[in-house]
Amino acid sequence: MYQNNHINVRNLNVHFDNNHVLKNINVEIPDKKITAIIGSSGCGKTTFLKCMNRLIDSVDGVKITGELLVDGENIFDPKTDVTLIRKKMGLLSQRPYPLPMSIYDNVAYGPRIHGEKSRKKLDHIVEYYLKEASLWEEVKDRLKTPAARLSIGQQQRLCLARGLAVEPEIILGDEPTSALDPQSSQNIEQKFLELKDKYTIIMVTHILRQAKRIADYLIFIHLGEIIEHGPAKEILENPKEKKTKEYISGIIS
Amino acid sequence: MLLNKIIREKINSKLMLTFTILSCLLVVLIFFGLYYKSSPLFTNNSIKDLLFSSEWFPLKGKFGLLPFISSTIWVTLISVIIAIPFSLLTAIYLTEYADKRFVRMINPLIDILAGLPSVIFGIWGVIMIVPFIKNHIAPALGISSGGYCLLAGGIVLAVMILPVIIHVVSEVFRAIPQDLKNASLSLGATQWQTIKYVVIRKSMPGIIAAIVLGLSRAFGETLAVLMVVGNVVKMPHSVFDPAYPLPALIANNYGEMLSIPLYDSALMFSALILFVIVLIFNVISRIILVRIERSLGIG
Repeated sequence: MYQNNHINVRNLNVHFDNNHVLKNINVEIPDKKITAIIGSSGCGKTTFLKCMNRLIDSVDGVKITGELLVDGENIFDPKTDVTLIRKKMGLLSQRPYPLPMSIYDNVAYGPRIHGEKSRKKLDHIVEYYLKEASLWEEVKDRLKTPAARLSIGQQQRLCLARGLAVEPEIILGDEPTSALDPQSSQNIEQKFLELKDKYTIIMVTHILRQAKRIADYLIFIHLGEIIEHGPAKEILENPKEKKTKEYISGIIS
Repeated sequence: MLLNKIIREKINSKLMLTFTILSCLLVVLIFFGLYYKSSPLFTNNSIKDLLFSSEWFPLKGKFGLLPFISSTIWVTLISVIIAIPFSLLTAIYLTEYADKRFVRMINPLIDILAGLPSVIFGIWGVIMIVPFIKNHIAPALGISSGGYCLLAGGIVLAVMILPVIIHVVSEVFRAIPQDLKNASLSLGATQWQTIKYVVIRKSMPGIIAAIVLGLSRAFGETLAVLMVVGNVVKMPHSVFDPAYPLPALIANNYGEMLSIPLYDSALMFSALILFVIVLIFNVISRIILVRIERSLGIG
Protein backbone atom coordinates (compact mmCIF):
# COMPACT_ATOMS: atom_id res chain seq x y z
CA MET A 1 0.00 0.00 0.00
CA TYR A 2 2.73 2.45 0.99
CA GLN A 3 5.57 1.46 -1.27
CA ASN A 4 8.01 4.34 -0.92
CA ASN A 5 7.54 5.24 2.66
CA HIS A 6 10.15 7.12 4.64
CA ILE A 7 9.81 4.80 7.56
CA ASN A 8 9.46 1.05 7.44
CA VAL A 9 9.74 -1.10 10.53
CA ARG A 10 10.50 -4.79 10.24
CA ASN A 11 10.63 -7.28 13.13
CA LEU A 12 11.82 -4.66 15.58
CA ASN A 13 12.52 -6.02 19.06
CA VAL A 14 13.85 -3.98 21.97
CA HIS A 15 15.13 -5.41 25.25
CA PHE A 16 16.17 -3.43 28.33
CA ASP A 17 18.33 -5.92 30.20
CA ASN A 18 15.75 -8.69 30.77
CA ASN A 19 12.71 -6.64 29.86
CA HIS A 20 11.20 -7.27 26.46
CA VAL A 21 9.87 -3.79 25.80
CA LEU A 22 8.94 -3.89 22.13
CA LYS A 23 7.87 -7.16 20.61
CA ASN A 24 8.16 -7.86 16.93
CA ILE A 25 7.03 -4.52 15.60
CA ASN A 26 6.10 -4.48 11.91
CA VAL A 27 4.59 -1.33 10.50
CA GLU A 28 4.87 1.12 7.64
CA ILE A 29 4.36 4.76 8.39
CA PRO A 30 2.64 6.83 5.71
CA ASP A 31 4.36 9.93 4.33
CA LYS A 32 3.10 13.48 4.79
CA LYS A 33 0.45 12.42 7.26
CA ILE A 34 0.07 12.64 11.00
CA THR A 35 0.56 9.24 12.58
CA ALA A 36 -0.41 8.95 16.23
CA ILE A 37 0.97 6.21 18.43
CA ILE A 38 -1.50 5.53 21.23
CA GLY A 39 -1.52 3.18 24.18
CA SER A 40 -1.41 3.18 27.94
CA SER A 41 1.61 4.52 29.76
CA GLY A 42 4.53 2.13 29.93
CA CYS A 43 3.41 0.24 26.84
CA GLY A 44 6.55 1.12 24.90
CA LYS A 45 5.27 3.90 22.67
CA THR A 46 7.97 6.39 23.70
CA THR A 47 10.61 3.68 23.31
CA PHE A 48 9.32 3.09 19.79
CA LEU A 49 9.64 6.79 19.03
CA LYS A 50 13.14 6.90 20.46
CA CYS A 51 14.16 4.05 18.17
CA MET A 52 13.38 6.18 15.14
CA ASN A 53 16.13 8.72 15.77
CA ARG A 54 18.25 6.31 17.81
CA LEU A 55 18.10 8.36 21.00
CA ILE A 56 17.55 4.90 22.40
CA ASP A 57 21.33 4.47 22.08
CA SER A 58 21.96 6.44 25.24
CA VAL A 59 19.89 4.07 27.37
CA ASP A 60 21.96 1.60 29.36
CA GLY A 61 21.56 -2.10 28.74
CA VAL A 62 19.47 -1.76 25.59
CA LYS A 63 19.50 -4.47 22.93
CA ILE A 64 17.84 -4.02 19.58
CA THR A 65 17.16 -6.54 16.82
CA GLY A 66 15.30 -6.15 13.55
CA GLU A 67 15.27 -3.32 11.07
CA LEU A 68 14.01 0.22 11.00
CA LEU A 69 14.32 1.55 7.48
CA VAL A 70 14.42 5.27 6.84
CA ASP A 71 14.49 6.01 3.12
CA GLY A 72 15.41 2.39 2.55
CA GLU A 73 18.40 2.49 4.86
CA ASN A 74 18.48 0.45 8.06
CA ILE A 75 19.30 2.95 10.78
CA PHE A 76 20.58 0.25 13.12
CA ASP A 77 23.23 -0.75 10.60
CA PRO A 78 26.61 -0.09 12.30
CA LYS A 79 27.75 1.80 9.19
CA THR A 80 24.94 4.33 9.45
CA ASP A 81 25.94 7.87 10.41
CA VAL A 82 23.58 8.51 13.28
CA THR A 83 23.86 12.30 13.01
CA LEU A 84 22.52 12.18 9.45
CA ILE A 85 19.57 10.06 10.59
CA ARG A 86 18.80 12.53 13.34
CA LYS A 87 19.14 15.49 11.00
CA LYS A 88 16.24 14.05 9.02
CA MET A 89 14.00 14.19 12.08
CA GLY A 90 12.93 17.01 14.32
CA LEU A 91 11.99 16.07 17.86
CA LEU A 92 9.48 17.64 20.21
CA SER A 93 9.76 16.15 23.68
CA GLN A 94 7.22 16.04 26.52
CA ARG A 95 8.61 19.12 28.13
CA PRO A 96 10.41 21.73 26.07
CA TYR A 97 14.14 21.71 26.65
CA PRO A 98 15.58 24.98 25.36
CA LEU A 99 19.36 24.86 25.06
CA PRO A 100 21.19 27.10 27.57
CA MET A 101 21.64 29.98 25.12
CA SER A 102 19.69 32.80 23.50
CA ILE A 103 16.52 32.42 21.46
CA TYR A 104 18.49 33.19 18.31
CA ASP A 105 21.23 30.69 19.12
CA ASN A 106 18.70 27.98 19.86
CA VAL A 107 17.28 28.16 16.35
CA ALA A 108 20.70 28.67 14.77
CA TYR A 109 22.19 25.75 16.74
CA GLY A 110 21.33 23.01 14.24
CA PRO A 111 22.35 24.90 11.08
CA ARG A 112 25.59 25.98 12.76
CA ILE A 113 26.42 22.43 13.74
CA HIS A 114 25.87 21.35 10.17
CA GLY A 115 28.32 23.96 8.97
CA GLU A 116 26.36 27.15 8.26
CA LYS A 117 28.54 30.15 9.13
CA SER A 118 27.12 33.08 7.18
CA ARG A 119 25.53 35.51 9.59
CA LYS A 120 23.16 36.71 6.91
CA LYS A 121 21.90 33.23 6.12
CA LEU A 122 21.54 32.40 9.81
CA ASP A 123 19.53 35.60 10.37
CA HIS A 124 17.28 34.53 7.55
CA ILE A 125 16.93 30.96 8.86
CA VAL A 126 16.11 32.13 12.37
CA GLU A 127 13.44 34.53 11.17
CA TYR A 128 11.96 32.03 8.72
CA TYR A 129 11.58 29.18 11.19
CA LEU A 130 10.42 31.34 14.08
CA LYS A 131 7.66 32.49 11.74
CA GLU A 132 7.00 28.90 10.72
CA ALA A 133 6.48 28.07 14.40
CA SER A 134 4.34 31.22 14.93
CA LEU A 135 6.75 32.63 17.47
CA TRP A 136 8.41 35.44 15.50
CA GLU A 137 6.02 38.22 16.44
CA GLU A 138 6.40 37.49 20.15
CA VAL A 139 10.20 37.35 20.24
CA LYS A 140 11.55 39.41 17.35
CA ASP A 141 12.64 42.24 19.65
CA ARG A 142 14.46 40.04 22.14
CA LEU A 143 16.25 37.41 20.12
CA LYS A 144 19.35 37.81 22.29
CA THR A 145 17.66 37.00 25.59
CA PRO A 146 18.06 33.52 27.12
CA ALA A 147 15.51 31.05 25.82
CA ALA A 148 14.78 29.92 29.36
CA ARG A 149 12.95 33.22 29.98
CA LEU A 150 10.14 32.32 27.55
CA SER A 151 6.90 30.84 28.80
CA ILE A 152 6.66 27.08 28.53
CA GLY A 153 4.27 27.27 25.58
CA GLN A 154 6.62 29.64 23.79
CA GLN A 155 9.52 27.34 24.62
CA GLN A 156 7.77 24.42 22.95
CA ARG A 157 7.23 26.48 19.80
CA LEU A 158 10.89 27.51 19.98
CA CYS A 159 11.82 23.83 20.12
CA LEU A 160 9.67 23.29 17.06
CA ALA A 161 11.43 26.12 15.22
CA ARG A 162 14.78 24.71 16.32
CA GLY A 163 13.86 21.28 15.02
CA LEU A 164 12.54 22.61 11.71
CA ALA A 165 15.69 24.68 11.16
CA VAL A 166 17.75 21.56 10.34
CA GLU A 167 15.30 20.92 7.47
CA PRO A 168 14.07 17.51 8.56
CA GLU A 169 11.64 15.39 6.57
CA ILE A 170 10.05 13.87 9.63
CA ILE A 171 8.77 15.41 12.87
CA LEU A 172 8.68 13.24 15.97
CA GLY A 173 6.51 14.32 18.88
CA ASP A 174 6.69 12.62 22.27
CA GLU A 175 3.45 13.77 23.91
CA PRO A 176 4.46 17.26 22.82
CA THR A 177 1.50 18.97 24.45
CA SER A 178 1.41 17.15 27.77
CA ALA A 179 3.14 19.93 29.72
CA LEU A 180 1.33 22.79 28.01
CA ASP A 181 -1.76 24.80 28.84
CA PRO A 182 -4.83 24.29 26.61
CA GLN A 183 -4.14 27.35 24.47
CA SER A 184 -0.52 26.37 23.83
CA SER A 185 -1.57 22.78 23.14
CA GLN A 186 -4.00 24.02 20.56
CA ASN A 187 -1.23 26.10 18.98
CA ILE A 188 0.95 23.03 18.58
CA GLU A 189 -1.90 20.90 17.21
CA GLN A 190 -2.77 23.64 14.73
CA LYS A 191 0.89 23.85 13.74
CA PHE A 192 1.03 20.10 13.11
CA LEU A 193 -2.03 20.28 10.85
CA GLU A 194 -0.36 23.04 8.83
CA LEU A 195 2.97 21.24 8.68
CA LYS A 196 1.74 17.86 7.52
CA ASP A 197 1.74 18.96 3.88
CA LYS A 198 5.51 19.22 4.06
CA TYR A 199 6.51 16.74 6.75
CA THR A 200 5.77 13.25 7.91
CA ILE A 201 4.63 13.63 11.49
CA ILE A 202 4.73 10.87 14.07
CA MET A 203 3.50 11.64 17.56
CA VAL A 204 3.05 9.69 20.72
CA THR A 205 -0.01 10.77 22.64
CA HIS A 206 -1.95 9.51 25.59
CA ILE A 207 -4.83 11.84 24.85
CA LEU A 208 -7.30 9.95 22.71
CA ARG A 209 -9.22 13.09 21.84
CA GLN A 210 -6.03 14.62 20.48
CA ALA A 211 -5.52 11.60 18.24
CA LYS A 212 -9.12 11.95 17.08
CA ARG A 213 -8.65 15.63 16.31
CA ILE A 214 -5.48 15.50 14.28
CA ALA A 215 -4.30 11.97 13.41
CA ASP A 216 -4.65 10.47 9.94
CA TYR A 217 -3.15 7.15 10.89
CA LEU A 218 -3.15 5.30 14.19
CA ILE A 219 -0.86 2.75 15.77
CA PHE A 220 -2.19 1.17 18.96
CA ILE A 221 0.45 -0.45 21.14
CA HIS A 222 -0.36 -2.56 24.18
CA LEU A 223 2.30 -4.15 26.40
CA GLY A 224 4.97 -3.80 23.75
CA GLU A 225 2.98 -5.19 20.85
CA ILE A 226 1.17 -3.48 18.02
CA ILE A 227 -2.42 -4.58 18.45
CA GLU A 228 -3.81 -2.68 15.52
CA HIS A 229 -2.80 -0.03 13.03
CA GLY A 230 -4.53 1.68 10.14
CA PRO A 231 -6.25 4.87 9.06
CA ALA A 232 -7.40 6.75 12.14
CA LYS A 233 -11.01 6.98 11.10
CA GLU A 234 -11.38 3.24 10.57
CA ILE A 235 -9.78 2.32 13.85
CA LEU A 236 -11.70 4.84 15.90
CA GLU A 237 -15.06 4.06 14.36
CA ASN A 238 -14.66 0.38 13.79
CA PRO A 239 -11.85 -1.22 15.81
CA LYS A 240 -11.27 -4.84 14.88
CA GLU A 241 -9.50 -6.01 18.01
CA LYS A 242 -11.09 -6.37 21.42
CA LYS A 243 -8.15 -4.62 23.15
CA THR A 244 -8.46 -1.62 20.84
CA LYS A 245 -12.17 -1.41 21.55
CA GLU A 246 -11.49 -1.49 25.27
CA TYR A 247 -8.85 1.22 25.01
CA ILE A 248 -10.99 3.50 22.91
CA SER A 249 -13.96 3.11 25.18
CA GLY A 250 -11.76 3.78 28.17
CA ILE A 251 -11.84 0.39 29.87
CA ILE A 252 -8.05 0.13 29.74
CA SER A 253 -6.10 3.31 29.94
CA MET B 1 4.68 13.60 79.28
CA LEU B 2 3.64 15.86 76.45
CA LEU B 3 5.02 18.93 78.18
CA ASN B 4 8.22 17.07 78.74
CA LYS B 5 8.45 16.34 75.01
CA ILE B 6 7.81 19.95 74.05
CA ILE B 7 10.42 21.20 76.45
CA ARG B 8 12.94 18.69 75.19
CA GLU B 9 12.21 19.68 71.61
CA LYS B 10 12.71 23.35 72.50
CA ILE B 11 15.98 22.69 74.26
CA ASN B 12 17.24 20.65 71.35
CA SER B 13 16.48 23.29 68.76
CA LYS B 14 17.97 26.02 70.95
CA LEU B 15 21.08 23.92 71.41
CA MET B 16 21.45 23.43 67.67
CA LEU B 17 20.99 27.14 67.09
CA THR B 18 23.67 27.87 69.64
CA PHE B 19 26.16 25.56 67.97
CA THR B 20 25.35 27.00 64.56
CA ILE B 21 25.93 30.53 65.80
CA LEU B 22 29.11 29.45 67.58
CA SER B 23 30.66 28.00 64.46
CA CYS B 24 29.74 31.08 62.43
CA LEU B 25 31.10 33.26 65.19
CA LEU B 26 34.35 31.31 65.09
CA VAL B 27 35.14 32.70 61.63
CA VAL B 28 34.64 36.23 62.88
CA LEU B 29 36.62 35.51 66.05
CA ILE B 30 39.54 34.10 64.08
CA PHE B 31 39.55 37.18 61.88
CA PHE B 32 39.64 39.61 64.78
CA GLY B 33 42.05 37.41 66.72
CA LEU B 34 44.49 37.50 63.85
CA TYR B 35 44.01 41.23 63.44
CA TYR B 36 44.58 41.86 67.14
CA LYS B 37 47.73 39.72 67.23
CA SER B 38 49.18 41.35 64.13
CA SER B 39 48.36 44.92 65.13
CA PRO B 40 51.73 45.63 66.87
CA LEU B 41 53.26 45.33 63.42
CA PHE B 42 51.34 48.33 62.15
CA THR B 43 53.09 50.83 64.47
CA ASN B 44 56.42 50.55 62.66
CA ASN B 45 55.34 49.36 59.21
CA SER B 46 52.66 50.81 56.98
CA ILE B 47 50.14 48.34 55.50
CA LYS B 48 51.37 49.41 52.08
CA ASP B 49 54.95 48.43 52.91
CA LEU B 50 53.87 45.14 54.41
CA LEU B 51 51.87 44.17 51.34
CA PHE B 52 53.90 45.67 48.50
CA SER B 53 57.50 45.71 49.64
CA SER B 54 59.84 42.79 49.14
CA GLU B 55 62.26 43.88 51.84
CA TRP B 56 62.19 41.01 54.30
CA PHE B 57 64.72 41.81 57.02
CA PRO B 58 63.11 40.77 60.30
CA LEU B 59 66.19 41.69 62.35
CA LYS B 60 65.94 45.25 61.09
CA GLY B 61 62.20 45.21 61.69
CA LYS B 62 61.37 45.18 57.97
CA PHE B 63 58.62 42.77 57.05
CA GLY B 64 57.84 43.16 53.35
CA LEU B 65 55.54 40.23 52.55
CA LEU B 66 55.29 40.65 48.80
CA PRO B 67 57.54 37.67 47.91
CA PHE B 68 55.36 35.40 50.03
CA ILE B 69 52.10 36.78 48.72
CA SER B 70 53.16 36.49 45.10
CA SER B 71 54.54 32.98 45.71
CA THR B 72 51.19 31.93 47.14
CA ILE B 73 49.26 33.38 44.24
CA TRP B 74 51.60 31.95 41.61
CA VAL B 75 51.76 28.45 43.01
CA THR B 76 47.97 28.38 43.29
CA LEU B 77 47.40 29.71 39.79
CA ILE B 78 49.85 27.21 38.30
CA SER B 79 48.12 24.35 40.08
CA VAL B 80 44.68 25.41 38.91
CA ILE B 81 45.85 25.95 35.33
CA ILE B 82 47.22 22.40 35.34
CA ALA B 83 44.27 20.89 37.19
CA ILE B 84 41.41 22.40 35.17
CA PRO B 85 41.95 20.64 31.83
CA PHE B 86 42.82 17.34 33.54
CA SER B 87 39.82 17.33 35.81
CA LEU B 88 37.32 18.57 33.21
CA LEU B 89 38.34 15.94 30.68
CA THR B 90 38.33 13.23 33.35
CA ALA B 91 34.88 14.24 34.55
CA ILE B 92 33.55 14.37 30.99
CA TYR B 93 34.96 10.93 30.26
CA LEU B 94 33.63 9.41 33.46
CA THR B 95 30.12 10.81 33.11
CA GLU B 96 29.53 10.84 29.35
CA TYR B 97 31.65 8.15 27.77
CA ALA B 98 32.93 5.56 30.21
CA ASP B 99 31.35 2.21 30.84
CA LYS B 100 29.43 2.15 34.15
CA ARG B 101 31.55 -0.72 35.51
CA PHE B 102 34.75 1.15 34.69
CA VAL B 103 33.43 4.20 36.57
CA ARG B 104 32.66 2.05 39.60
CA MET B 105 36.27 0.86 39.56
CA ILE B 106 37.80 4.31 39.06
CA ASN B 107 35.77 6.29 41.59
CA PRO B 108 37.25 4.63 44.70
CA LEU B 109 40.74 5.30 43.33
CA ILE B 110 39.93 8.99 43.02
CA ASP B 111 38.56 8.92 46.56
CA ILE B 112 41.81 7.44 47.81
CA LEU B 113 43.73 10.16 46.02
CA ALA B 114 41.56 12.72 47.79
CA GLY B 115 42.14 11.12 51.17
CA LEU B 116 45.92 10.68 51.08
CA PRO B 117 47.78 12.71 53.73
CA SER B 118 49.53 15.66 52.17
CA VAL B 119 52.95 14.54 53.35
CA ILE B 120 52.70 11.66 50.87
CA PHE B 121 52.15 14.10 48.03
CA GLY B 122 55.11 16.07 49.36
CA ILE B 123 57.39 13.03 49.30
CA TRP B 124 56.16 12.08 45.85
CA GLY B 125 57.02 15.61 44.74
CA VAL B 126 60.49 15.42 46.24
CA ILE B 127 61.44 12.07 44.75
CA MET B 128 59.63 12.34 41.39
CA ILE B 129 58.72 15.86 40.36
CA VAL B 130 61.70 17.82 41.65
CA PRO B 131 64.32 15.60 39.93
CA PHE B 132 62.20 15.46 36.78
CA ILE B 133 62.11 19.24 36.55
CA LYS B 134 65.80 19.53 37.38
CA ASN B 135 67.00 16.90 34.94
CA HIS B 136 64.48 17.03 32.10
CA ILE B 137 62.05 19.91 31.90
CA ALA B 138 64.39 22.79 32.80
CA PRO B 139 67.33 21.58 30.65
CA ALA B 140 64.97 21.01 27.72
CA LEU B 141 64.11 24.70 27.92
CA GLY B 142 67.74 25.71 28.42
CA ILE B 143 67.19 26.84 32.00
CA SER B 144 69.11 25.68 35.04
CA SER B 145 66.93 24.94 38.04
CA GLY B 146 67.42 23.01 41.21
CA GLY B 147 64.00 21.51 40.75
CA TYR B 148 62.67 22.97 43.98
CA CYS B 149 60.53 25.68 42.40
CA LEU B 150 57.10 27.17 41.72
CA LEU B 151 56.39 24.60 39.00
CA ALA B 152 57.08 21.68 41.34
CA GLY B 153 54.74 23.20 43.93
CA GLY B 154 52.12 23.81 41.25
CA ILE B 155 52.25 20.24 39.95
CA VAL B 156 52.03 18.66 43.40
CA LEU B 157 49.21 20.98 44.35
CA ALA B 158 47.39 20.27 41.07
CA VAL B 159 47.39 16.53 41.80
CA MET B 160 46.04 17.24 45.28
CA ILE B 161 43.11 19.35 44.12
CA LEU B 162 42.28 17.14 41.11
CA PRO B 163 40.00 14.73 43.00
CA VAL B 164 37.96 17.55 44.52
CA ILE B 165 37.33 19.19 41.17
CA ILE B 166 36.67 15.88 39.40
CA HIS B 167 34.10 14.91 42.01
CA VAL B 168 32.18 18.16 42.03
CA VAL B 169 32.23 18.57 38.24
CA SER B 170 31.09 14.96 37.74
CA GLU B 171 28.15 15.56 40.05
CA VAL B 172 27.27 18.70 38.11
CA PHE B 173 27.45 16.86 34.78
CA ARG B 174 25.32 14.02 36.10
CA ALA B 175 22.62 16.50 37.07
CA ILE B 176 22.12 17.57 33.43
CA PRO B 177 18.87 15.98 32.26
CA GLN B 178 19.24 13.36 29.52
CA ASP B 179 16.36 15.07 27.71
CA LEU B 180 18.40 18.26 27.36
CA LYS B 181 21.25 16.30 25.82
CA ASN B 182 18.72 14.52 23.61
CA ALA B 183 17.47 17.90 22.41
CA SER B 184 20.94 18.63 21.06
CA LEU B 185 21.57 15.09 19.79
CA SER B 186 18.24 14.99 17.99
CA LEU B 187 19.34 17.97 15.88
CA GLY B 188 22.19 15.87 14.55
CA ALA B 189 24.85 17.12 16.94
CA THR B 190 27.60 14.66 17.80
CA GLN B 191 28.15 13.69 21.40
CA TRP B 192 31.21 15.91 21.63
CA GLN B 193 29.34 18.90 20.17
CA THR B 194 26.58 18.28 22.68
CA ILE B 195 29.07 18.23 25.54
CA LYS B 196 30.87 21.34 24.29
CA TYR B 197 27.87 23.52 23.55
CA VAL B 198 25.23 22.24 25.95
CA VAL B 199 26.59 20.21 28.87
CA ILE B 200 29.57 22.45 29.67
CA ARG B 201 27.60 25.66 29.12
CA LYS B 202 24.80 24.54 31.35
CA SER B 203 27.29 23.36 33.98
CA MET B 204 29.36 26.54 33.98
CA PRO B 205 28.23 27.75 37.43
CA GLY B 206 28.99 24.33 38.90
CA ILE B 207 32.35 24.13 37.17
CA ILE B 208 33.34 27.50 38.57
CA ALA B 209 32.20 26.48 42.03
CA ALA B 210 34.35 23.36 41.73
CA ILE B 211 37.37 25.39 40.67
CA VAL B 212 36.90 27.81 43.56
CA LEU B 213 36.70 24.87 45.94
CA GLY B 214 39.97 23.62 44.50
CA LEU B 215 41.47 27.12 44.73
CA SER B 216 40.52 27.52 48.37
CA ARG B 217 42.15 24.22 49.19
CA ALA B 218 45.23 25.13 47.12
CA PHE B 219 45.72 28.49 48.83
CA GLY B 220 45.93 26.95 52.24
CA GLU B 221 47.76 23.72 51.47
CA THR B 222 50.97 23.89 53.44
CA LEU B 223 53.03 20.80 53.93
CA ALA B 224 53.26 19.25 50.47
CA VAL B 225 54.03 22.61 48.91
CA LEU B 226 56.69 23.65 51.38
CA MET B 227 58.48 20.35 50.77
CA VAL B 228 59.01 21.03 47.06
CA VAL B 229 58.86 24.76 46.54
CA GLY B 230 62.35 25.70 47.77
CA ASN B 231 61.45 28.21 50.49
CA VAL B 232 63.73 31.03 49.40
CA VAL B 233 62.69 34.57 50.23
CA LYS B 234 62.93 36.17 46.81
CA MET B 235 60.48 37.49 44.29
CA PRO B 236 59.98 34.59 41.86
CA HIS B 237 60.51 35.63 38.23
CA SER B 238 59.84 32.35 36.45
CA VAL B 239 58.14 29.08 37.24
CA PHE B 240 61.60 27.54 37.68
CA ASP B 241 62.50 29.95 40.50
CA PRO B 242 62.16 28.81 44.09
CA ALA B 243 59.38 30.45 46.06
CA TYR B 244 58.10 30.81 49.59
CA PRO B 245 54.29 30.78 49.97
CA LEU B 246 52.55 32.24 53.03
CA PRO B 247 51.48 28.95 54.65
CA ALA B 248 55.07 27.67 54.39
CA LEU B 249 56.35 30.85 56.00
CA ILE B 250 54.04 30.40 58.95
CA ALA B 251 54.64 26.68 59.37
CA ASN B 252 58.41 26.91 59.05
CA ASN B 253 58.92 29.74 61.47
CA TYR B 254 56.19 29.76 64.04
CA GLY B 255 57.64 28.86 67.41
CA GLU B 256 61.25 29.13 66.28
CA MET B 257 61.81 32.73 65.36
CA LEU B 258 59.62 34.30 67.99
CA SER B 259 62.61 35.79 69.85
CA ILE B 260 62.86 38.35 67.06
CA PRO B 261 60.64 41.31 67.96
CA LEU B 262 57.43 41.58 65.95
CA TYR B 263 58.14 38.32 64.10
CA ASP B 264 55.07 36.65 65.56
CA SER B 265 52.96 39.64 64.58
CA ALA B 266 54.29 39.33 61.04
CA LEU B 267 53.30 35.65 60.95
CA MET B 268 49.85 36.51 62.28
CA PHE B 269 49.55 39.13 59.61
CA SER B 270 50.52 36.53 56.96
CA ALA B 271 47.72 34.32 58.21
CA LEU B 272 45.36 37.28 58.04
CA ILE B 273 46.36 37.93 54.43
CA LEU B 274 45.73 34.28 53.56
CA PHE B 275 42.37 34.54 55.23
CA VAL B 276 41.46 37.65 53.26
CA ILE B 277 42.69 36.21 49.93
CA VAL B 278 40.43 33.16 50.33
CA LEU B 279 37.58 35.42 51.39
CA ILE B 280 38.01 37.69 48.36
CA PHE B 281 38.15 34.70 46.02
CA ASN B 282 34.95 33.34 47.45
CA VAL B 283 33.17 36.66 47.08
CA ILE B 284 34.41 37.19 43.52
CA SER B 285 33.36 33.70 42.51
CA ARG B 286 29.91 34.26 44.05
CA ILE B 287 29.54 37.36 41.90
CA ILE B 288 30.73 35.58 38.75
CA LEU B 289 28.36 32.72 39.50
CA VAL B 290 25.35 34.99 39.76
CA ARG B 291 26.34 36.76 36.53
CA ILE B 292 26.62 33.48 34.63
CA GLU B 293 23.39 32.11 35.97
CA ARG B 294 21.64 35.28 34.93
CA SER B 295 23.14 35.30 31.44
CA LEU B 296 22.13 31.68 30.88
CA GLY B 297 18.74 32.32 32.39
CA ILE B 298 19.19 29.51 34.89
CA GLY B 299 19.10 31.45 38.12
